[in-house]
Amino acid sequence: MTTALALPSTEEEIWRYSRINELDMSKFASGKLTTTVEGGEGVHVSGAAATALVGACMQVQPDVFAQLNTDTPDVIALQIGKNKVHTQTVVITHSVDKSGVVAYPRLVIDAAENSEIVVVERFTSADNVHSLVVPVVEVHAAQSARVTYLAINELGKNAWQIGHQVAVGERDSNVRLFTVALGGDYARMRAEVRLVGQGASAQQTALYFADGTQMHDFRTLQSHEAPRTHSDLLFKGAVKDTSKSVYTGLIKITENGTKTEAFQTNRTLTLSRGAWAESVPNLEIETNDVKCSHASTVGPIDDDQRFYLESRGVPPEIAERLVVFGFFDEVIDRLPQSEFLAGIRDKVIAKLGGTK
Amino acid sequence: MSKLEIRDLQVTVGGTQILNGITLTINSGEVHAVMGPNGAGKSTLSAAIMGKPGYEVVGGSVKLDGQDVLAMPTWQRAVAGLHLVMQYPTEVPGVKLSEVLSEALVARHATLPNLNKTINEEAARISFDSELVNRAVNVDFSGGEKKRNETLQLAVLKPKIAILDELDSGLDIDALRDCAKRVEDATNETGMGALVITHYSRLFEELKPDFVHILAKGRIVKSGGPELADELERDGYAAYAVTAE
Repeated sequence: MTTALALPSTEEEIWRYSRINELDMSKFASGKLTTTVEGGEGVHVSGAAATALVGACMQVQPDVFAQLNTDTPDVIALQIGKNKVHTQTVVITHSVDKSGVVAYPRLVIDAAENSEIVVVERFTSADNVHSLVVPVVEVHAAQSARVTYLAINELGKNAWQIGHQVAVGERDSNVRLFTVALGGDYARMRAEVRLVGQGASAQQTALYFADGTQMHDFRTLQSHEAPRTHSDLLFKGAVKDTSKSVYTGLIKITENGTKTEAFQTNRTLTLSRGAWAESVPNLEIETNDVKCSHASTVGPIDDDQRFYLESRGVPPEIAERLVVFGFFDEVIDRLPQSEFLAGIRDKVIAKLGGTK
Repeated sequence: MSKLEIRDLQVTVGGTQILNGITLTINSGEVHAVMGPNGAGKSTLSAAIMGKPGYEVVGGSVKLDGQDVLAMPTWQRAVAGLHLVMQYPTEVPGVKLSEVLSEALVARHATLPNLNKTINEEAARISFDSELVNRAVNVDFSGGEKKRNETLQLAVLKPKIAILDELDSGLDIDALRDCAKRVEDATNETGMGALVITHYSRLFEELKPDFVHILAKGRIVKSGGPELADELERDGYAAYAVTAE
């Protein structure tokens, strides 16, 4: 029934600048990803127990894609018991194996009181695969729980992603959501954190790099619904060739969010004349006594930085690589240690060096 | 022996002519001080020699041991043996000094078997906190740390000719002494030639000039020995600013 769907359009603010108008859902039939889960022993639940966890963080469907995912999800559920620390990193790897598929992976992370877990979710496909992935991630962190989630988009050149992450943090919990976005033709992620318990905190961090004709599209929400909550968002990316990136983010502090601290920074390097990036930060604050800041920049590599390195005898292409990695350094520093970091570095180097 | 020959160098910035024909020859081991009032073109001279974007050479030549410096991109000028110590060293977030030096040496096809050891020894020599070597270059450095960092790079990269643009600005007396002494030592130990751009003669307590040139309105209006610096200290630039009209 996918052909009968009413898709959103770029007329809607949340889809502004997106490539949603290019999407033809009739090209895709519902299908499955090839998925592996490693390190999930003791927390990976299935069957009715898994299904029961779906939707806990998403009572209202934010858009038609989240709705489609909720209607027919391929569920992976991780449930961590009270006071448990899951020492192994759970690694979920999805592969899109053929063209013409739309897939609805759903990851639910349910962390009970004072528990701890680290999850890495990777999305991969070959360059010749024309498919659409619509992933939804729900994270529930109960009181004092600590959840780290890292999404790595290593999709091929012709894959699309329209994704959604939502995290709910209870009292004194800490949620860290990381995204590394390298692949895909059009890759969108809407990432929302709701801090509903006093003292809850969240970090949202992204590294993105688009080249060729790619587009990365991020929409973020930091919603502070309880006192003394803390959020810190840092999204940094680069666009090269004729690629594009969009970032729009909202810090929302309700009247309950007194003594909240919320920070939001988005910076994008434009590495080619034909590349384009948009950055739109927003604040919506309904109470006093809060500390908030947002910053956003879009621009090329600083000429003075380039000249400084070149005047030491560093060739231009190496100087550019140093400056770009220097730019990403604070993001890479925040990323959880993982065996995939080296691969990410290599991919960024390849994107920097390649010309299209 | 190396030789940097600047002949009738004319430079415009944003369409305005700043240098009106500078001629200077710097040989290995020599220290040439270029002194002048604000706006004389001192920093333009250093930027033009190193090829900074925005500084357009409209006449004259710069040669290092016969090689046409102006035909080279900036990084090749450095590899050929020129080094610029900047007045305001640029902050480069996320890029460590050790990475910069390592890449700079690779470009010179020079490998230091133990770069870190060399860096630590050179850092100790100028009282530079070697912890800073592993921090982002110049980011949150004090004025003194920035100039010590610049001097450290010069010591490790061992250029033939160094151009020091106001080494003495923005740093305290101790840092100035350490940096100036290290440059002086380089002229003696490795025969480095130095073009030292400055307002003030206090730099010369440690770094002894062999020649002093007065730059005013884009021209060298007088050249002489160290005694010229003493004269400037006493009488100021007023006489020369007028002469240059």
